[in-house]
Amino acid sequence: MNALYARPRSVASLLMAAPLTWLVVVYLGSLALLLVSAFWTYSAATDTIDTTPSLVNFGEIIASSTFRTIALRTMGMAALVTLTTAIIAFPIAYYMARVASHRVRGLLVVAILLPLWASYVVKVYAWRIILSEQGILNWSLEPLGVSGPGYGDVALWLVFTYLWLPYMILPIYAGLERIPTGLLEASSDLGARGRQTFRRIILPLAFPAVVAGSIFTFSLTLGDYIAPSLITSTQFLGNVIFSQLGAAGDLPLAAALGTIPVVLMIIYLLAARRLGAFEAL
Amino acid sequence: MSTVAPGSTTPRAEPAKRAIAVRLDGLRKVYGDVVAVDGIDLEVMTGEFFSFLGPSGSGKTTTLRMIAGFEPPTAGRVELSGRDVSRMPPYERDVNTVFQDYALFPHMDVAQNVGYGLMIAGVPSSDRRDRVAEALRMVQLEGYEHRRPGQLSGGQRQRVALARAIINRPTVLLLDEPLGALDLKLRQQMQLELKQIQGRVGITFIYVTHDQDEALTMSDRLAVFDRGRIEQVGTPAEVYERPRNSFVAGFVGISNVIAGEAARSVMGRAGVYSVRPEKIHLADPVRPPADDELAVDGRIAEVAYLGPETRYIVALDVGGELVVVEQNLATSSTEALAAQGRAVRLIWKRQHSRPLTDEVEWAPAGGSDGP
Repeated sequence: MNALYARPRSVASLLMAAPLTWLVVVYLGSLALLLVSAFWTYSAATDTIDTTPSLVNFGEIIASSTFRTIALRTMGMAALVTLTTAIIAFPIAYYMARVASHRVRGLLVVAILLPLWASYVVKVYAWRIILSEQGILNWSLEPLGVSGPGYGDVALWLVFTYLWLPYMILPIYAGLERIPTGLLEASSDLGARGRQTFRRIILPLAFPAVVAGSIFTFSLTLGDYIAPSLITSTQFLGNVIFSQLGAAGDLPLAAALGTIPVVLMIIYLLAARRLGAFEAL
Repeated sequence: MSTVAPGSTTPRAEPAKRAIAVRLDGLRKVYGDVVAVDGIDLEVMTGEFFSFLGPSGSGKTTTLRMIAGFEPPTAGRVELSGRDVSRMPPYERDVNTVFQDYALFPHMDVAQNVGYGLMIAGVPSSDRRDRVAEALRMVQLEGYEHRRPGQLSGGQRQRVALARAIINRPTVLLLDEPLGALDLKLRQQMQLELKQIQGRVGITFIYVTHDQDEALTMSDRLAVFDRGRIEQVGTPAEVYERPRNSFVAGFVGISNVIAGEAARSVMGRAGVYSVRPEKIHLADPVRPPADDELAVDGRIAEVAYLGPETRYIVALDVGGELVVVEQNLATSSTEALAAQGRAVRLIWKRQHSRPLTDEVEWAPAGGSDGP
């Protein structure tokens, strides 16, 4: 080991070799394959795949108003879910980080993490039952003379918000906890009331943490296909890709559609980096 | 800072009594079963540089935080310019604080940090810019407006924190060990600058420190804290020359405490007395003391050569030891170090040993000593 002791970099390389290989081959490799196969073409008549590179799939996506609508609907849903989770998560995270006692804080962390242990499919099915015609939501709203959203995009928005909320709370909680109490005292000392301190000090310092949380909520919504297929009848990017793969068997078109969320996320991550979200993770 | 009241008829009238900036009345702070501050009464005059001196955990910072409004007192009152502010939040109190760790806002540049109080107060941005520039000039940080706190050195952050507090022209400026994180050289330079700035702006400073040199150098008056109480209040000279008890004598400068057998032998009666090491002279064992002098014999047990002065620890023949500090005016280091083991007579002026008002912790043997 003496030879290695003198070369700390070699030790690091050796230790990192296996996980790095895994990352490169399995993650980046499959992503590269996805990108390459997006330029292939599928012939339904002969049920064969032609591997000569062409832009046919992308041309079809851009020309099709259906695909455009679906892409926009998916992005809109991702943005809406991100905004809603941020609005709900912030007060909870704030209470946990700066108000609650040590005990209450621990209980809340458990309460937020616990639902993550349940199967995601089970939770979506549970929501189907909650939202159904004779479900608990309609039953409890009945005395008020209103009914729940039923199945559809509004219901999907509710379900996504429920599913991804923990991924927004935890980064914001960590971000808020990192703000030194001294800064809040200094602000108060300089004449700022609670609301002003919140706006001028807490919010700007916690903002990168919100962006960090939004990376999760945005990307998880963008790529999901199970919840839309169970909750709503409208199409989202995930469903379309799934049906191209399964029913239509057009793998190259599915791959081309699959690059849309990848490109969107790359743009999103670049913007998030500018806002300092990576320092907040 | 004191001025003769205008319209005063007698030409040699006493200076007008200065207004009280801060008055603490029976101030107490209890955390669970820990008493952090145990009944403090104090008056700080307008324009004064006043220090809270004490070891860590003596309650000086907690007292400061109660004046700022960060901690509500368990009992007692805080008055600012005669107004009871005990139940007011920090943002309603006309005081500003320089924090120990500076607490600069990391997402704002220097100008935004310094101008924060003015922005909150609704001062228009052009006025704000002028006053920020003026404040930065005062702390010698012109041209640093657009730096972030993360790009500044410790000393520069300290100056920004000072400018941010002082720009609001508070009645009282509270400083919580503001130089604690700086190295010695910078510390000494900042001590001088702080004192100059205080003189220029005329704001009352309350300065928390555990460094007795700092407190003695900078303060007009100081309060010595111990275990949640104030042991003594006075000017640096009063506290240094006439410490009230052995805690003050020991904490402010090196001090010799003479008690028990030594007190009876040297002073001629029981009690606790202090004498400063620099007041004692090493003399030949045969030299008789003058009428106004006290003497005690001993042997030099240890010698420490400190450059401009030498410190001797002398074991007394009657028991106990005294520290003596002598200037090396004509003594070389070899001579000083050769003194080890020599029999000496320690002589000092009677007026330099002062009785301390300690509750007697040692029982005087017999108890027959008259006053």
